[in-house]
Amino acid sequence: MSELRLMKGNEAIAEAAIRYGVDGYFGYPITPQSEVMETLMELRPWETTGMVVLQAESEIASINMMYGGAGCGKKVMTSSSSPGISLMQEGLSYLAGAELPCVVVNVVRGGPGLGTIQPAQSDYSQAVNGGGHGDYNLIVLAPSSVQEMADFVELAFELAFKYRNPALILSDGMIGQMMEKVELKAQKDRMSDQELAEKYPWATTGKPSSRERNIITSVELDPYAFERFNHKVQAKYKQMHKEDVRFEQFQCEDAEYLLVAYGSSARICQKSVQLLREKGIKAGLLRPITLFPFPGVELDKLAGQVKGMLAVELSAGQLVRDVRLAVNGKVPVEHFGRMGGVIHSPEEVVEALEKNFLKG
Amino acid sequence: MNEEIIIAGFGGQGVLSMGKILAYSGVMQGMEVSWMPSYGPEMRGGTANVTVILSDNRISSPILRKYDTAIILNQQSMDKFEQTVKPGGLLVYDGNGITRHPERDDINIYRVDAAEEASKMQSAKTFNMIVLGGYLKINPVVTMENVMNGLKKSLPERHHHLLPLNEAAIKRGTEIVKEIATV
Amino acid sequence: MALEVKDIIKPENLVYAKTKLLTERMMHYCPGCTHGVVNKLIAEVIDELNIQEDTIGVTPVGCSVLLYNYIEIDWHEAAHGRAPAVGTGIKRLRPDKYVFTYQGDGDLAAIGTAETIHACNRGENILMVFINNGIYGMTGGQMAPTTLEGMKASTCPFGRDVEHDGRPLNMTSIVATLPGTCYVTRQAAHTAPAVRKLKKSLRKAFENQKNKKGTSFIEVVGTCSSGWKMNPVQSNKWMEANMFPIYPLGDIKDV
Repeated sequence: MSELRLMKGNEAIAEAAIRYGVDGYFGYPITPQSEVMETLMELRPWETTGMVVLQAESEIASINMMYGGAGCGKKVMTSSSSPGISLMQEGLSYLAGAELPCVVVNVVRGGPGLGTIQPAQSDYSQAVNGGGHGDYNLIVLAPSSVQEMADFVELAFELAFKYRNPALILSDGMIGQMMEKVELKAQKDRMSDQELAEKYPWATTGKPSSRERNIITSVELDPYAFERFNHKVQAKYKQMHKEDVRFEQFQCEDAEYLLVAYGSSARICQKSVQLLREKGIKAGLLRPITLFPFPGVELDKLAGQVKGMLAVELSAGQLVRDVRLAVNGKVPVEHFGRMGGVIHSPEEVVEALEKNFLKG
Repeated sequence: MNEEIIIAGFGGQGVLSMGKILAYSGVMQGMEVSWMPSYGPEMRGGTANVTVILSDNRISSPILRKYDTAIILNQQSMDKFEQTVKPGGLLVYDGNGITRHPERDDINIYRVDAAEEASKMQSAKTFNMIVLGGYLKINPVVTMENVMNGLKKSLPERHHHLLPLNEAAIKRGTEIVKEIATV
Repeated sequence: MALEVKDIIKPENLVYAKTKLLTERMMHYCPGCTHGVVNKLIAEVIDELNIQEDTIGVTPVGCSVLLYNYIEIDWHEAAHGRAPAVGTGIKRLRPDKYVFTYQGDGDLAAIGTAETIHACNRGENILMVFINNGIYGMTGGQMAPTTLEGMKASTCPFGRDVEHDGRPLNMTSIVATLPGTCYVTRQAAHTAPAVRKLKKSLRKAFENQKNKKGTSFIEVVGTCSSGWKMNPVQSNKWMEANMFPIYPLGDIKDV
């Protein structure tokens, strides 16, 4: 039975993971996402659904525990925040190279370095460009509400298993720490080992005489074979762009100016659109929900309609590059964003749009 | 209905939990809600604040510059948030420790001496519920029934024996809230 | 009439056969390398315990990276040093399976030190096989954490200088102090008796796993003829004379 609750984004992730039937969570504490593992430990899902929850000795260990679990065909996830996600990049590259599904949550805080525990969106480039070594990408989802924190656990797993590719939920300290109303879905059963072995014939489930041995690996020493593998992976990314681009539009129908923002910044920008419209400026907002695959085609369409676009993000300008690539010079694209854990107000965004496009 | 509230005071005054109970009451009443604790450079030396939004519609930004209501529980917060109340809006404050009282003449100002009352009731922890009662008397955005439901949901079950005490505190707040100035 | 080969190769004359769990793939190891022997023993033990369908192996980065080509079980190849974490993930989600890692000295005792210590400390119910030949073989003979004092390697061409490079790390003694380990032993594979003892240890470790006793940890002191720049016979002699005094053979812990 579904249930209405008031909870933090981080808590919602944990609740949703249990209810979706996740098999394993491996994590390491880091602010501002520690509530994810704390909530799981409080709820003790190993006593109910059988979900494994383990605190690892490092983010390096947690991503590799996930790597092992994912190889078994299990639904495994971890969560961390920026510095911890940097430590996981090696493991993520292996997971992508071994074509394994898994879900990673990044509750982003400001960097570089140890930085701040306050919200930021400065890990965008790392997230959408793979993040580790090699030609690969993660599926990247950007929730902008606590409800989406819960809902995207399921969506991330569905996409991760559809493509056999790691998926990243790119949140931030604001969505992680704020509380909103959430409708939690009814409890689903975890998949049995037998069902899993039938559904995921690639998984390391122990070699029966009826099949060849399964080897989870990312190593291939023959360059031609490895080039073929890379082509295969790239084809998956093309397919994602065809089938799984997700975005949301606010008042774009008659918009003359377009704000482009994701996650927490998109929430702020909804208010900015309202304030701009109250001033008689026809503004709209495009919110990418999938940052990879990126809704570039949709932005390109809007480039024929609007006079300018403003990418608004809590960073020095990372999303703005993808917007510029998408519209390819058809329309001016400017950037506005605060950094270091400072969050822009809706009014600041209004001022930035006016300054860039309506003054002088 | 769309009510944008800032609650601000010292850490330990129950600012965040009061916001949570208010937000949960909104959920019980079928509203959209958001609860956003102090963030970034706002978070400084012992002060705590939380933005609570209750609305019939989908909530956009959980972070605001101007509020319909400010609930202010210490002098620093008074200095900081008095000017953020929208004209015609509401300021509710606890007089304890306040040396500079609110001065605006374009907003409605109410005072609820909750610290004093809590000490009379010999229950310092009900302080924030007395304040909440005072606010709800002036602006009954949620019904008392839904406040109690929200409270029940917010408190872990092991604390449910405290529900009657909290209810009494909220009631006391509705009785002692005083009008200072209205527009 | 002279005896012909076809007269000799008969089932009744069979004194030794390769276990069916070893694949037909030719091993890539250098002549005289310890890995081949240990690979074979693991295959034999899994076969003899009849747990082929229930065993998942974790391979490392190092010379044994391609170990999954040789034994007919399911495998998971880990990043450098991360095998204990990968093995933890597998075992926690499939506690009904036998899980073992197979790692070299650079993998287990340098880059993967944290993963090794913590898996052992949690008492993960897995087997960790640790091949210690005191050198990085695959990358071309660089210094390992277990390289002996004065021993030459490509990154200590004048011999390991303990003042500069630190002393050889005795990982096996360290993990023996951890409460999570149930069986810690140091073995070799250079003589027939040593091979028999090692095989017994491996069997015991898999049985420990069946009995949920905690982490079993088997170090195998081995040679690297290519890295040491000796022939296999010289390597074994050098190992006995120089490695064994620092890494003495025998059980360290058996709970």
